[in-house]
Amino acid sequence: MLSLEHVDKRYRVGTFGGRELVAVRDVSLAVRPGEVVSLIGESGSGKSTIGRMILRLTPASGGTIRFDGDDVAGFRGARLRAYYGNVQGVFQDPFSSYNPVFKADRALELLRGPYFAGLDDRAWRARVAASLEAVRLDPGQVLDKYPHQLSGGQLQRMLVARALLLDIRLLVADEIISMLDASTRIDVLNLLGDLKARGLGILFITHDLSLGNYLSDTAVILHRGEVVETGPTARVFGRPEHPYTRSLLASLPQLHRKWDRTGAVRGPAGEGG
Amino acid sequence: MSAVTLRVDNLKVWYRTLRGDVQALDGVSFGVGDGELVGLAGESGCGKSTLGKSLIGLDASMRHVGGTVELDGKELPIGDPARMSGFRFKEVSIIPQYAMSAMNPTRRIGRMVAELLESRGVRSAGVHDELLRRLALVGLDAEVLDRYPIELSGGMKQRMVMVISTLLNPSLLVADEITSALDVSTQKAVAEALVDFRDRDYVKSTIIITHDLSLVYQIADSIIVMYAGKLAEKAPTDTLVAAPRHPYTRMLLAALPEVGVRHDTRRLEGIPGSPPSLLDPPPGCRFRDRCPLAFAKCAEQPPFTEVAPDHLVACWKAS
Repeated sequence: MLSLEHVDKRYRVGTFGGRELVAVRDVSLAVRPGEVVSLIGESGSGKSTIGRMILRLTPASGGTIRFDGDDVAGFRGARLRAYYGNVQGVFQDPFSSYNPVFKADRALELLRGPYFAGLDDRAWRARVAASLEAVRLDPGQVLDKYPHQLSGGQLQRMLVARALLLDIRLLVADEIISMLDASTRIDVLNLLGDLKARGLGILFITHDLSLGNYLSDTAVILHRGEVVETGPTARVFGRPEHPYTRSLLASLPQLHRKWDRTGAVRGPAGEGG
Repeated sequence: MSAVTLRVDNLKVWYRTLRGDVQALDGVSFGVGDGELVGLAGESGCGKSTLGKSLIGLDASMRHVGGTVELDGKELPIGDPARMSGFRFKEVSIIPQYAMSAMNPTRRIGRMVAELLESRGVRSAGVHDELLRRLALVGLDAEVLDRYPIELSGGMKQRMVMVISTLLNPSLLVADEITSALDVSTQKAVAEALVDFRDRDYVKSTIIITHDLSLVYQIADSIIVMYAGKLAEKAPTDTLVAAPRHPYTRMLLAALPEVGVRHDTRRLEGIPGSPPSLLDPPPGCRFRDRCPLAFAKCAEQPPFTEVAPDHLVACWKAS
């Protein structure tokens, strides 16, 4: 369904744009229907840039991103709108995804013009209610409210509902639960699991290895813009091959398993200092 | 833990707002032993940061409603900013949540540290050698003192602030979410530095405020779990994780995905509902509405009592 072939992203940096920063280098991956692919990396690994390129928020500098075989870079007008009817993104901070001046459900209302112009009021309301119920929100509790009156978990689920309203086939979920509390985070994860069972493909972007493990079929480990290891999640976590993956897993705080104390207190290599 | 460094007794700190008092910290009592590293865990809005801030002195929006804080046998004047400033940095110190903004951006770090020390009446030349030694210990070059904060990465800033905060060997160090913005490998280095500072007696007692139970599990001697402005449970780390007694602690631990746990084989459950508003909290146990074990008696606030040695729980069903 979605495939990335040798995708690069380079930025011009420096005062006069004289230097080049490679944020993403030669990344290839694929997401099939009903598959969850975890894109795992630390800050600066390029994981969010990849999500933004898929969503066409920033152009790729090299390589090809295809959806159903078509190069997404060429989409304009009606084709781009159709693409967004299939592919949507949800991001980390639910509070900054909404305009605080308007009620939160305006995020849903804005889709009506471009995508549901033919629907009458009753059919539209029924559709909104159905998508809210699919993410286990009570329409009576969340409609007609301002963003500050809702919790982070509610706002985040409403954004997923917004994506579902369109009957999307691929969701780019960029750190969507990092800001949620532990007790509500798992609800959003379970919701994604249910959607996956219904055939939704999900690109799950995260820095947290334990969250990347819970849902995903395939894990892709990124380091400084490059894929260092990829494979079935159970294999990558159970028998990591790349030293970077191993060091990530060794540093991950886990319950019921304590760190090997290194004794030396040092920053990671390459962090400078 | 023999000697007790910190004793907090029935502490109440409320926030003044236009709509009334937010009872963010409502009758909290606990002790921290000499050399003890305590993890203070809870979800957003539970009052953990309020508790941390209360120990180093209140800000203008906070009101000390009752209770006492005793450090090394002396009562801390937490409600009196002028008197409290004599204790801060020397006796009690904090590593704030955002080390990124904790340092003066307009000064080179070395000069900022010297100014800070002199403002507390300490000659900076006298501690310079110790400063260099500690920088080396956390893996920073002496050369960082000539740099501006903006030139350091997040992990380096966090370690720099850690060295500054503990330079005068305070009795109590409060570390507020200091690893949450860091990558896992940097996180581990910073967390281990906290243990190291305790082992070297740079600080007597440490309170680590965090939302991440699996992180404090790695380094803390004991863990306190807070819920809606009150303490729910306190126990030695291994006991709290292996045999929690408060229903909230149990449900919170059960909601954490671990490596190896997968959605299709073992579906974890969250905790339905949300914490009560602290503006006018209902009487009785504050977890009551979300608790599967709740019964009539929960309308009355359960005391925070010892159910086993060093294991305290605020729940009628736990004893």
